[in-house]
Amino acid sequence: MAKRKRIGMEVALAAAEAVGMCNVDVAAVYPITPQSHIAEHLSELVADGKTDTEYVTVESEHTSMSVCIGASATGARAYTATCSQGLMLMHELLPIASAMRCPIVMSVANRPVNAPLNILSDHSDIMPQRDSGWIVIFSENGQEVVDLTLMAYRIAEDKDIMLPVIIGIDGFILTHMVEPMEFPDQKEIDKFLPPYKPYATLHPDKPLTMGAFAMPDFFPQMMKAKDMALLNSKKTIVKVWDEWERKFGRRYRPVETYRTEGAETILVTMGSMSETAELGVDELRDKGVSVGLVKIRLWRPFPSDELKVAVKDARVLAVMDRAVSPGTGGGPVFTDIKAVFYGEDSRPIIVNYVMGLGGVDVTVGDFVKMGEKAAKAKKEEYEFYGVMG
Amino acid sequence: MPVRDYIRERFFPHIWCPGCGHGTVMGSMIRAIENLGIKKSDIVVVSGIGCSSRICGYLDFHTLHTIHGRALAFATGVKLSRPELTLIAPMGDGDAFAIGGNHLIHAARRNIDITAIIMNNSIYGMTGGQYSPLTGYGDFATTAPYGNIDRSFDVVKLAMGAGASFVARTTTYHVRSMIKILEKAITHKGFSVVDILSQCPTYFGRKNKLESAVDMLKYYKTHTIPIGSKEKEKNPDLIERGIFVQEKYPEYCAEYDKIIEKASKER
Ligand code: SF4
Repeated sequence: MAKRKRIGMEVALAAAEAVGMCNVDVAAVYPITPQSHIAEHLSELVADGKTDTEYVTVESEHTSMSVCIGASATGARAYTATCSQGLMLMHELLPIASAMRCPIVMSVANRPVNAPLNILSDHSDIMPQRDSGWIVIFSENGQEVVDLTLMAYRIAEDKDIMLPVIIGIDGFILTHMVEPMEFPDQKEIDKFLPPYKPYATLHPDKPLTMGAFAMPDFFPQMMKAKDMALLNSKKTIVKVWDEWERKFGRRYRPVETYRTEGAETILVTMGSMSETAELGVDELRDKGVSVGLVKIRLWRPFPSDELKVAVKDARVLAVMDRAVSPGTGGGPVFTDIKAVFYGEDSRPIIVNYVMGLGGVDVTVGDFVKMGEKAAKAKKEEYEFYGVMG
Repeated sequence: MPVRDYIRERFFPHIWCPGCGHGTVMGSMIRAIENLGIKKSDIVVVSGIGCSSRICGYLDFHTLHTIHGRALAFATGVKLSRPELTLIAPMGDGDAFAIGGNHLIHAARRNIDITAIIMNNSIYGMTGGQYSPLTGYGDFATTAPYGNIDRSFDVVKLAMGAGASFVARTTTYHVRSMIKILEKAITHKGFSVVDILSQCPTYFGRKNKLESAVDMLKYYKTHTIPIGSKEKEKNPDLIERGIFVQEKYPEYCAEYDKIIEKASKER
């Protein structure tokens, strides 16, 4: 494997650089903090002729996603990025993109949702998009953002998938960090990511219709097809990640583990907090507490089987949710994980800590505290960690 | 009452950049309200998102800090349920003319009694200096490094075209007349649009070689003239300021009440 130069770069800019390497035909991005640096840098790359992309300046996120769907329907490779309120405004379009099988890629700089207004970081924007039929992948650091972005179109455009992909990049904590990372050569990427060959496109010579009115005889089939495609996509996603590992040496898995061997208690995280949690696990292990970490990389389709294997010997799972699912009695990751164990003969005690909301810093010390607490758990718990009242 | 009594001091210092025009707009709003003698608790200020919308945090009225572009939609809801209250919606370029553009034209068409204050700095300040629908042709922005090819909206003409019954323009240099105009806009029964040129030295100034806030204020001084001034004939690029429209059209909430009365009678 070629030795590559590592360069320091802000992660949002690196995301744009990666998009710039993907031969994107149409990009339509509306600025919103903390995503804006992606939009700016991508428009710079377009203006400097570094990527041959039509950059459409739109007046809202609703339009940016509409532009992407339109472009994708004509067989173009389309890209957008947003977060928070922008993603909420787009919400109406997301199920359309997936049902029309438009392999769009979108970076989401995860930020809370109003009210009150908060521009920092958590996962409350992505959670309402759970059922929109998109593949959702979370990143932990800048290198992962680069790799996952570069792989996203390969996954989205695979004939067995044909679904849009979101790459979650925690706002500020990741987007605004300068980190060391390496980029493959353009030639390697061109080999890895061949031009997009759409399955069906809008074309004046071969008229067809997409997303037209469907009566009850047909509508359910469409919904089933979308769900089947999403559920089945995991195999292909892993195949693409395997190929990446062979070529570039970095490994990605739907569920990843850290020091889980023999761990009685396992912390479960998603996104940028995972690296901090690793340090927490080290500290706990030094103290003699038997703790490991499981990181969910693939949020949709949910990696139930992989999760079961990863935590099979644990007595307690401590699920860290960076979003609330109001009225459910637990965070979104927690409730999904609980469902995984329904019907299993033996299942762990699952506790849930909702934390890091609205950009609250979650430190190594916090993971140590949560780990120690979880290690003593006797029954299911649901707690807003560190929140008064 | 002193100005202090109109602000929430616990939120100070404010987050606006040194030299930003938005503070001047806020100060003028306060003075206009003080001059009019409206009770603090009779005023509702509704803002969207952006540098402009921070005003809701600082002003000690009923304030509603909502989402990007929808200030007027929220304000319409408040006004229809409590028509006796005075509604003011300070908005930035995006709130009023990009994402929220539809709300503005329809509020104007309906002539609902809300005062829309456009804090027009020709740029998206909060998100980092991207060009907005109020950035002029040829102006520079972070997203227009070679100059903007879009033409900007003329706020006054657009508001007039959409049917606003009070339309005015002023600048942060002309503070005294801004206060007078705001007084008239707030007391006007119907939809009022006040276009206030408000400097953003951090982004618009920096990108457009206007070195400082003072330079930008000087620009407002030298590049604007009162409506009807002869100088406009000599130099058509000068921007007119003053009150362009002040008409009496049926007001939406009043019309709504009439419909209710009519329908109740027929039942
Ligand atoms: S960025 Fe511009 S508009 Fe925003 S506070 Fe600073 S000077 Fe004012």
